[in-house]
Amino acid sequence: MFKKLIRKHFVIKGIIAMLDLTITQIHEGLKKKDFSSTEITKTYLDSIKKTDKNIGAYLAITEKLALAQAGRADEIIKNEKNFGPLTGVPCSIKDVILVEGEKCTAASKILENYVAPYDATVIKKLKKAGTVILGKVNMDEFAMGSSTENSAFKVTKNPHDLTRVPGGTSGGSAASVAANQAVFSLGTDTGGSIRQPASFCGVVGLRTTYGSVSRYGVVADASSLDQVGPITKTAEDAKIVFKVISGKDPMDATSAEYEFKETEITLKDLKIGVPKEYFTKGLDSEVKSIIENAIEKAEKAGAKIIPISLPTSQFALAAYYIIQTSEASANLARYDGIRYGLSEKADTLLQTYIKSRGAGFGAEVKRRIMTGTYSLSIGYYDAYYKKAQQVRELIKQDFAAAFKKVDVIFCPVSPFPAFKIGENTADPLSMYLADIYTVPINLAYLPALSLPAGKVGKLPVGLQIIGNHFEENKILGVGEAMEKMIQ
Amino acid sequence: MISKEEVLHIAKLARLELTEKEAVKMQKDLSAILDYFNVLKKIKSSKLKLESLKKENTTRKDEASENPASFANNLVQQAPDKKDGYIKVKSIL
Repeated sequence: MFKKLIRKHFVIKGIIAMLDLTITQIHEGLKKKDFSSTEITKTYLDSIKKTDKNIGAYLAITEKLALAQAGRADEIIKNEKNFGPLTGVPCSIKDVILVEGEKCTAASKILENYVAPYDATVIKKLKKAGTVILGKVNMDEFAMGSSTENSAFKVTKNPHDLTRVPGGTSGGSAASVAANQAVFSLGTDTGGSIRQPASFCGVVGLRTTYGSVSRYGVVADASSLDQVGPITKTAEDAKIVFKVISGKDPMDATSAEYEFKETEITLKDLKIGVPKEYFTKGLDSEVKSIIENAIEKAEKAGAKIIPISLPTSQFALAAYYIIQTSEASANLARYDGIRYGLSEKADTLLQTYIKSRGAGFGAEVKRRIMTGTYSLSIGYYDAYYKKAQQVRELIKQDFAAAFKKVDVIFCPVSPFPAFKIGENTADPLSMYLADIYTVPINLAYLPALSLPAGKVGKLPVGLQIIGNHFEENKILGVGEAMEKMIQ
Repeated sequence: MISKEEVLHIAKLARLELTEKEAVKMQKDLSAILDYFNVLKKIKSSKLKLESLKKENTTRKDEASENPASFANNLVQQAPDKKDGYIKVKSIL
């Protein structure tokens, strides 16, 4: 009896330990035959079934697919000595990325029953790498929002405080990694949608350089801003996933010839820019001191801290919301009730469009389509869309000037930690303000990392590390060096 | 504040049906959002250059790619209304 109890205790401890592992640790465990991919996959599936009633991260669990992939991964592990770092590693996928044969809803009623007819390029790459897909995770409808509350299906809760939001739009991705329901996740970042939920949930999130990762098979939100990227437990894990998913894709004309190059990064003599515009009114004082503390630690480790200015920052949010809504209003024209998705019966073709879209889209998506259509319409185009494009150019120039002087830029991800569920839903503008420190990066096509830097009470706060175009190696290296000091 | 007529006109351009309640809320929200956009008027236009906005086009070779018939079938299967492997559309004129 006593022996049995002890064994049970160890089994439970073992399971908890298994759920805490990073990609690198799982890879080591699989190599040493400590466990199989099937075992670890089952452990994660059980964890999801147990915890997701409270968290609400998953829209669909792809158990059959996961177990088949885990079985194949175990074959590879048995037969090949040098299997890849993602072989047999279970992940979750934001429900905006197509996985063949599985539903892809973009958390919208209009795509409630849409089954993906093919794999997105990033999914093809993950499958080739032997990754196990546990399921599709929640998000704001069509990736529009900052809290995952705009999902048509469920509210996802922050694993650190169930009364608060996980952030958005990749809230399901961040929550699933933070709640040990996946080792890593793929999200998308149009205006902060990877970094802000990573910050709120205390995990690592990488917004990738525009063009570094293919968007083929990713439901479009705003095409000059959208990028796919990883949400992980460590900076090293983010690097492993980024290496696998990045690169030129003939199916995406905006993807660039790019290959990740490993570089040794040390904080000694690294030039870190700190933009004064990101530390002004509106920034929570406790968040501010956490970020300043991280900057101080970098300085103590030998980095040079250089005050910089990004003067166009104050106009970024307005420019972003004009460009994002304009592009989204055009991209979402495809939901017409004819080719796929929800269709409302009507007498004429025009009424089919109008009624299907009226019934299928949620409030925020409608608001953005309306804002974008207005910004693009005759008489307003010059004052809104054209002006926003010009501001975007100025923002790009601000960053270009800064990167002549510094290697990376440190600032907060979000002006505040995770807010209460329902706190910002009544007023759309107050929700938009959550994106103030993240949207300039998207407007400038840059990469940026969100790294856990401390906590306000039990709520995590992320440090944003911005790099120049295609310098993911640098920001990930800085991230790895920083996480050793601040955790 | 934009007018309700304007809201309904934009909704028509966007092919969106709005209920009476939605239209009232939209008028309020849209007005607040457009008001916020006015911050851009503060930028001196002399600072704004358009030349650098010109982008290069990216093109690919115009070649047909081979896909299995099942792929086209998968795509057509997503349509709400179909017949004999074709998508049914109401008459346009």
